[in-house]
Amino acid sequence: MDLELQFFIGQIIVGLTIGSYLALIALGYTMVYGIVELINFAHGDLFAFGFFISLTIFTAINPPRPLDVVGLLTILPLIFVITMLLTGGLNTLIDRVAYKPLRNAPKLAPLLTAVGVSFALEAIYAIWVGANQVPYPNYFPRIDILRQWFGLDTAIQLTTKDLFLFGVTIPLMIGLNFFIERTKIGKAMRASAQDREAAAMMGINVNRIIATTFFIGGALAGAAGLVWGLYINSGRFLMGFEAGLMAFTSAVLGGIGNIRGAVLGAFIIGMIKSMSDFYFEPSWTRVMIFGILILLLVFRPSGILGSTQSIEKI
Amino acid sequence: MGTNPLLKVDSIHAYYGNIHALHGISLHIDEGEIVTLIGSNGAGKTTIIRSISGIMHPREGSILLDGEPIHQVPAHALVSKGISQSPEGRRIFPRLTVLDNLEMGAFHRNDRPGIKADIEMVYGLFPRLKERTKQYAGTLSGGEQQMLAMGRALMARPRLLLLDEPSMGLAPVLVENIFEIIQRINKQGMTVLLVEQNALMALEVANRGYVLQSGRIVLADSAQNLIQNEMVRKVYLGEN
Ligand SMILES: Nc1ncnc2c1ncn2[C@@H]1O[C@H](COP(=O)(O)OP(=O)(O)OP(=O)(O)O)[C@@H](O)[C@H]1O
Ligand SMILES: [Mg+2]
Repeated sequence: MDLELQFFIGQIIVGLTIGSYLALIALGYTMVYGIVELINFAHGDLFAFGFFISLTIFTAINPPRPLDVVGLLTILPLIFVITMLLTGGLNTLIDRVAYKPLRNAPKLAPLLTAVGVSFALEAIYAIWVGANQVPYPNYFPRIDILRQWFGLDTAIQLTTKDLFLFGVTIPLMIGLNFFIERTKIGKAMRASAQDREAAAMMGINVNRIIATTFFIGGALAGAAGLVWGLYINSGRFLMGFEAGLMAFTSAVLGGIGNIRGAVLGAFIIGMIKSMSDFYFEPSWTRVMIFGILILLLVFRPSGILGSTQSIEKI
Repeated sequence: MGTNPLLKVDSIHAYYGNIHALHGISLHIDEGEIVTLIGSNGAGKTTIIRSISGIMHPREGSILLDGEPIHQVPAHALVSKGISQSPEGRRIFPRLTVLDNLEMGAFHRNDRPGIKADIEMVYGLFPRLKERTKQYAGTLSGGEQQMLAMGRALMARPRLLLLDEPSMGLAPVLVENIFEIIQRINKQGMTVLLVEQNALMALEVANRGYVLQSGRIVLADSAQNLIQNEMVRKVYLGEN
């Protein structure tokens, strides 16, 4: 195969990996916005929390590196569950303390509070893990599948880590979609997003639904932090800021408040980042992504699939 | 007959910010009755409904359901106590299907077979909804949305059903239909508080009525007497 084509396919795989972890973060932005119309600027920092807290747990358990089969089937799922519970719980707590008292205040108030929460979390991380790049050890075994398993002579890299990343993120997205579309609580979430007062008239405890939304959003960001740590093996106290901005752009691109839009937007942004990093220069990538954000906000604030808010506020 | 009315509203005062909307409203509804509220636009009918259902809380006065104070209970908790409503402006969930809207009406219930049976009951009352069961509620016509709002309120299996202008936007034939349905469910034992633009029809199905003027009750009587009342005939039944 033509080498250029192999590089291109390789970058598509990279784009998909970036897209799938961004999607998990973007979902949290979009779900929270859908229900309380708040751009939760601190959301990216929940992703960072997932990264650091799972690293802390790994360090405490100190399993073999990489994990053996038993570890992959026991320790890894356990750390996943704990990380998601903790990030979900933290997000719910943040809502309870910082946003809930402002639920009926002008929208700028919770928005500024969210920026404040973000700064506070980042400062806490800086003290907790330091200001330098933090290594995340290679707990997940990396095998170059096409070459090592299939003996192909190719420049395309598809590793077990890629499969792991997809294997975690895609089922979570499908699971979330099922939850929101099919379950009673999921429907109550959509009902609350469409008309909070009418939802209360139906007997839905909207405050509890909002807390649940923050919990799920946080848990997904936490899962993203954990898989990203295992995948990329390094991070920094500010990593949530950057990932958050990209995920936020993804959510706006797809149509903020729109669940499927967030996933679609994340994969588009992931692809743009991957291609721009490779064919132009990483420093141009930000210009491009934030250029897209600005153009969107100016010309099509409802995104590709349409912001649900604009449709639901009939 | 028990000693307590099902619902007792005792001199409530309700405000929107500084706007004093209800000036000491007292009324009661006995089990099995249809009671109607009559009043011109802005008289405070919806505000009374919103106060009873806990969407807003009166600043003064009390509301008792079966003798139990409920004026501080949040709206969502009142549904399982037996109060549900078809609100003014329908307020159906536009991006939920007809079926899901009905399911939301039964949110506090966990008896799957009962819920299923009630969905069939609602579809029996409103066959149009059955044809549109998988459709987004926002795509229904105004009249169909009104039926959905009423069906959704019935799904809670309330003891007290609050209906705020349930015939709004319906064609005359369907208005008759709605009033028939209100009578039918009342005969099956449901207590109804009915707010209606169409005062004559409301008085024809109701046992009693209250006439409301700028947040005060100015007249309370049986429905027959109110239909005969000169002031009511002039102001609300459009006679001259
Ligand atoms: N959200 C609000 N903010 C401020 N004032 C309000 C609000 N809702 C109602 N009001 C005022 O309270 C008073 C009672 O209104 P309410 O909606 O209860 O009247 P109504 O009898 O239901 O009228 P209609 O027949 O038009 O539905 C009116 O003077 C109205 O202007
Ligand atoms: Mg009204």
